[in-house]
Amino acid sequence: MLFYISPKKGALGALFLCLIIWLYGMVFALFSIIHQIENSMKIKRLRPELNAGSMADIAFLLLVFFLVATTMNKDIGIQRKLPSTEKASAATISQKNILTVLVNSSDRILVNDEYLGISELKERAMGFIDNNGKAQCSYCKGSQKISSSDHPSKAVISLQNDRSTSYKTYVAVQNELTAAYNSLRNNLAVIKYSKAFVDLNKEQKREISNSYPMHISEAETMNLASN
Amino acid sequence: MSKFKKKSGGGTPAISTASLPDIVFMLLFFFMVTTVMREVTLLVKNEKPFATEIKKLEKKNLVTYIYVGKPKKSLLTTYGSEPKIQLNDAFASLKDIKEFVFAERDEISEEEQNQMTVSIKADEEVKMGLISDIKQELRKAEALKINYSTRKGEVYDR
Repeated sequence: MLFYISPKKGALGALFLCLIIWLYGMVFALFSIIHQIENSMKIKRLRPELNAGSMADIAFLLLVFFLVATTMNKDIGIQRKLPSTEKASAATISQKNILTVLVNSSDRILVNDEYLGISELKERAMGFIDNNGKAQCSYCKGSQKISSSDHPSKAVISLQNDRSTSYKTYVAVQNELTAAYNSLRNNLAVIKYSKAFVDLNKEQKREISNSYPMHISEAETMNLASN
Repeated sequence: MSKFKKKSGGGTPAISTASLPDIVFMLLFFFMVTTVMREVTLLVKNEKPFATEIKKLEKKNLVTYIYVGKPKKSLLTTYGSEPKIQLNDAFASLKDIKEFVFAERDEISEEEQNQMTVSIKADEEVKMGLISDIKQELRKAEALKINYSTRKGEVYDR
C-alpha cells in the first residue's frame, strides 16, 4: 500500500523541480535580454556590487525545508450525522418501507435475508428507494412493487453490522448506499434541470435532495453470532 | 575617436543573479503560506479504506481527528497487536474520547462550535465493534457530525 502514496509524491516533487528549473531559465533569459538592451543603448550605470550570492542559498535551504514539510492533501471521506442520544424513535414503520442491510462477521452482505454482492447493492438500494409502491411520486421510475417502499421520503435503509465486521466492508457498504442516493438525485437533476447534480445551485440542490432524502438508520452493533 | 569607446570583446556579459533570491523567496513564501504541518506523529497503522462518494472537509480548524488502528510495527511489542485509539500524540482509551472532544470544542469559536466535525481515520482492518464504541462515545459527547476518512478509489475489484 505504500506504493499507492509514494509515486504521487515523487511526481509532485519532480513537478516542483521542473518549475524551479524553468523559473531559473526564465530569469536568466530575462537578464541577458536586459543586459543586451542596456549595452545597445550604451547606458552605463554605476552600481556598487553587493554580494548577494549566498542569499539564494539561504532561501533555497528554507524552500527545500518547506517543500519537504508540505502536505497539501485535504481530508476526504464519507460524511454522516449520528443520531442524538435523547431522541427516541417511536415511530413505527411498516416492514415494506424498510430495507434491511446486514453485514455479518465474515463481511457478507444480507439484504432482506438474501445474500448480495457488494457490486449489486447499489442497484438494489436504488430499486428500493425509487420503487413508488403507492404511485404518488411523480418523479419516480420504480417498478411499483407492492412489497417494496411506498415513496422515497418513506423509504428507510436499516444498516446493521456485527461487532467483528471489518471497517473496510462497512465503509464500502456506506459508500454504495450513498452512491444509490447520489445517482438517483443526479438522474432527477438531469431530468428536471438538464444539469448534473453537482452543477446545480444551492436551492436546486436542496430541492432535489428533499425529493430523495437520505434515511440510513443504524442500529447499534450487536453480536449476531450469539443471537 | 572617442576615448571611452567600449571594448568590443567576445562572449556574453556576466549576468547579475542578485534578483534570484527574490524569486526564491517568492516561492518560499508561497510554500510557507500553503504548508500544513502534520499535527501528529502516527502511532497506528493507518491504511484507510477506499470510497467513491466522497466529500472534502473544507474548514480544517473545525475538524478533529481520531486515529484508529493496530500499533505500528515498532510498537507492536510494547502495545500488542489489538487495534487502538490514538488521540493527539498518545494512545487513549474509549473513556478519554469525551474529554478530548470537549477540549477540542473549547478551542473553536463559539458560533462555529456546532459545525465541528470529527473525522474518524481508521485502518481498514479495524473491526466495527471498536468503531461503534467510538461512535457511541461521540454521541454522548454530542459530536454528531462525523466523517469516515477514506481514500479515493473503487470499493470492489480489490
